[in-house]
Amino acid sequence: MRRTPRETAESALRISRRGLILGGTQLAFAGVLALRMRHMQVDQADEFRLLAEENRINIRLIPPARGRIFDRNGLVIAENEPTYRITLVREDADDVDAVIARLSMLVELDEDDLNRAQAEMKRTAPFFPVTVADRVSWEDISRVAVNAPALPGVTPEEGYSRVYPMRDTFAHVVGYVGPVSDRDLSRFEDPPPLLRIPRFQIGKVGVESKFEEELRGNAGAKRVEVNAVGRVMRELDRREGEAGADIQLTVDSGLQEYVKARLGEESASVVVMDLEKGDLLAIASAPSYDPNKFVRGISVADYSELRDNNHRPLASKTVQDAYPPGSTFKMVTALAAMEAGVVGTEDTVWCPGHMEVGSRRFHCWKRSGHGHMNLETALRESCDVYFYDLALKVGIENIAAMGRKLGLGEAHDLEMSAVTAGLMPDKAWKLRERGSAWVIGDSVNASIGQGFVLTSPLQLAVMSARIATGRSVTPRLVKSINGIETPHRGGTSIGLNENHLRQVRRGMYAVTNDRRGTAYRSRIIGEGYRMAGKTGTAQVLNRIVKNDAPWEERDHALFVNYAPYENPTIAVSVVVEHGGGGSTAAAPIGRDVTLQALYGGDPPLDAYPTGLRAEIEAQQERLAREREARIAERNSRA
Amino acid sequence: MSYLEYSIKTVPTGWRKILHLNWPLVVLLTAVASVGFLMLYSVAGGSFTPWAEPQMKRYGLGLAAMFFVAMVPIWFWRNIALVAYLLALFLLLLVEFFGAIGMGAQRWIDLGFMRLQPSELMKITLVMFLAAYYDWLPLNKTSRPLWVLLPIIFILLPTFLTLTQPDLGTALLLAVGGGLMMFLAGVHWAYFATVIAAGVAGIWAVFESRGTEWQLLKDYQFRRIDTFLDPSSDPLGSGYHITQAKIAMGSGGWTGRGFMQGTQSRLNFLPEKHTDFIFNTLAEEFGFIGGISLLALYVLVVVFCIFSAIQNKDRFSSLMTLGIGLTFFLFFAVNMSMVMGLAPVVGVPLPLVSYGGSAMLVLMIAFGLVQSAHIHRPR
Repeated sequence: MRRTPRETAESALRISRRGLILGGTQLAFAGVLALRMRHMQVDQADEFRLLAEENRINIRLIPPARGRIFDRNGLVIAENEPTYRITLVREDADDVDAVIARLSMLVELDEDDLNRAQAEMKRTAPFFPVTVADRVSWEDISRVAVNAPALPGVTPEEGYSRVYPMRDTFAHVVGYVGPVSDRDLSRFEDPPPLLRIPRFQIGKVGVESKFEEELRGNAGAKRVEVNAVGRVMRELDRREGEAGADIQLTVDSGLQEYVKARLGEESASVVVMDLEKGDLLAIASAPSYDPNKFVRGISVADYSELRDNNHRPLASKTVQDAYPPGSTFKMVTALAAMEAGVVGTEDTVWCPGHMEVGSRRFHCWKRSGHGHMNLETALRESCDVYFYDLALKVGIENIAAMGRKLGLGEAHDLEMSAVTAGLMPDKAWKLRERGSAWVIGDSVNASIGQGFVLTSPLQLAVMSARIATGRSVTPRLVKSINGIETPHRGGTSIGLNENHLRQVRRGMYAVTNDRRGTAYRSRIIGEGYRMAGKTGTAQVLNRIVKNDAPWEERDHALFVNYAPYENPTIAVSVVVEHGGGGSTAAAPIGRDVTLQALYGGDPPLDAYPTGLRAEIEAQQERLAREREARIAERNSRA
Repeated sequence: MSYLEYSIKTVPTGWRKILHLNWPLVVLLTAVASVGFLMLYSVAGGSFTPWAEPQMKRYGLGLAAMFFVAMVPIWFWRNIALVAYLLALFLLLLVEFFGAIGMGAQRWIDLGFMRLQPSELMKITLVMFLAAYYDWLPLNKTSRPLWVLLPIIFILLPTFLTLTQPDLGTALLLAVGGGLMMFLAGVHWAYFATVIAAGVAGIWAVFESRGTEWQLLKDYQFRRIDTFLDPSSDPLGSGYHITQAKIAMGSGGWTGRGFMQGTQSRLNFLPEKHTDFIFNTLAEEFGFIGGISLLALYVLVVVFCIFSAIQNKDRFSSLMTLGIGLTFFLFFAVNMSMVMGLAPVVGVPLPLVSYGGSAMLVLMIAFGLVQSAHIHRPR
């Protein structure tokens, strides 16, 4: 359109004016932007710089190597074995299913592992490595490495896993480790961050659990730079952790292995204790289980088999279980009576085979009666009536006090799971727990280790040790931690009259060395190796059972001993559940274990009575073969 | 019909036009684009691919387009302004149509060598068309209601089409840019005062309605406003990106962390580091010095446009030059406000620096118009 010059000039002026106004506004706004920039980048720079660093840097823990566990001779009981696993990073694999299919042609993939991996993939970020195969062999790993180009996203990884080379031999002592559970975490007020590392393992039972903190060590840490989705871009620096402490046990694995083999199919337990420091040379519960299975994650089938077995392989019978001690308790009654001054060594009691107490008749195990019995012969032949008589004279309070002095009714502070205190009953206990008064019949029952009295195999060994030495020998399981010897107690006298002790010891010597002793068949011939012991047969049901009774109803067989008689160095206790009689089922085991401990291996045959040598020789050969087979199997696995 | 009553004989012809180009503006634009190349090279981790190299090629193409547009006499552009506007509107409708038959929120048309966003084209053609409209409209009619209503319709048509794509950022730029064109053309103050008053009242009503039965926005829309006002209220949700962007910006300090040393962008904490949030990378790596330098370059571009417009006595030329300078300003001002947490995140790229084809080509064509107006100005 045409415009007059005036119009044109006016238009230009108006535009210039408004253009300058708007230009000024724009400039002002640019100034605001500049000020905002200055505020953020200069005034608040430090604050934002800190936030940027927090974004960028992440601290990752490095799990320390777990401390190892050795036996008293330095043989490995628990160690860390390098294990290989195969991980998959989804992000790097173009087609996850195809990669897994190709991988399955090279490595045998476990169905469980794959299912677990599938579940994990749904939960985690695509760059996060997911384990598709665990505990694969080195050969498998090399095969995967060679075929790496065809397997995008697949990485072989090395880690460490707990391994128990002696397998079931130490399961109840050492326990095992397993993945940290919520229950484990709830034990801590403030759980160490290490425990939150995926796949981190913690001691579940036994020494592994009791010394968890020492064994675990201290975590190392590395500072890594991570990107927005948490993937590690590079490592900035690293501080190595501190390996856990090595722990040496007092147990002799050779002896422990022998005990394990000797017990065979029995449901039984054996404790062998060194008298000098109370070191437990063997503490075995049979049957046992392989702790390695638990570390790997036990299958439901395996677990229910262990759980439903009526021989209770999961139970740590040496310390967890308490049995009526039966006749092995008679030394307690005898010592209590002598210390109370109510009986002399030559005082005799007439055993007609039973005894009337009030309106009740208490039987001796020998229905025909023993005739005149003194302390030594009563112990030797295990006459019940003699001890009934002592009980009436001395009373339960004295007996209970003597039992406690000898270590009964006390949970010895041992680094194993659930150590029982057993039960050393007295009048106050019965009133408190049962709500009724102690009656004389209770004392009579207690005098021969029946009724309320309950003792663990460990306590029986301690009792035997204290009788043998007169000192308060206390069991010790851990010899040293990181080379520093752990303290031992029990050097002091328990304050019993040495003469009284000698009487009891003579009685125990007669049990195994006198032709009329209940364990005469299980005597040791070798000069300087002879043992003193005491058999026991504990009723499971409140009646005499026949030999063909079902297994669960048969009596428990017990045997305690110490040796050598002249200069004792070890004490032993044996409990065979439902084994029948102590003299037939338990005493031979006690003898064999004692000889093994004293000789430090298979004893010469002339340590045994002549009539037994052929049988023993066969047994030794059989056990040696079994041991070799076990070692061969163990080595083939490694 | 001649273009102007006074002589155009003094307007340079042929190759001499090149001498009369606004050369400082060319240099400024190249400087801004170079900052873009440098940052795109950096965010790719020190690599020309995938962003820096295509961007340089596009800039070369854009420069050629600018020179070509500049050589064509400005009156030609004025004469085709209406056609260009209608064409852009048609393309917008076309996108709408394709979107309707199932191509989702598609904003572009594939031209083979590049993808053209009609909404980008509209930014320039709207400015051109409004300038032509006010050039044609007698001065005394400028503020009459009918002649005010007409450009409002011209503005709202493409604005709504863009809004339905949906592209809130571009729609806002069109509305605001168009409104300011009307202001520049001399529409009476009272109209603007009314609109501003209505806007303030509207916002007040929206906030007041919250929590009542007749509330004007949906709950999630209110929550989005909350997040904008206080990003820390939703640190892992929509507030996360703006928080990370501010961290990148702030942690740069005076001189920055150094070229290719920005952890926020290198470790992907920064969202859309090569497009909308590229300024944060610059601010992180080159600090306040780097950020203020780019801002200064931008302001200079706008200042050169304003000077060129004021010198130009032709109504169409000066209105259009001011409008293009203004559009350019709105681009970077909105983007920077957004990445500094002063405005909600609406998705507006940083002009000539953010990676993107259409926006750059359209901007270069726009500066071609500015150059044409400059060369062909009456003297």
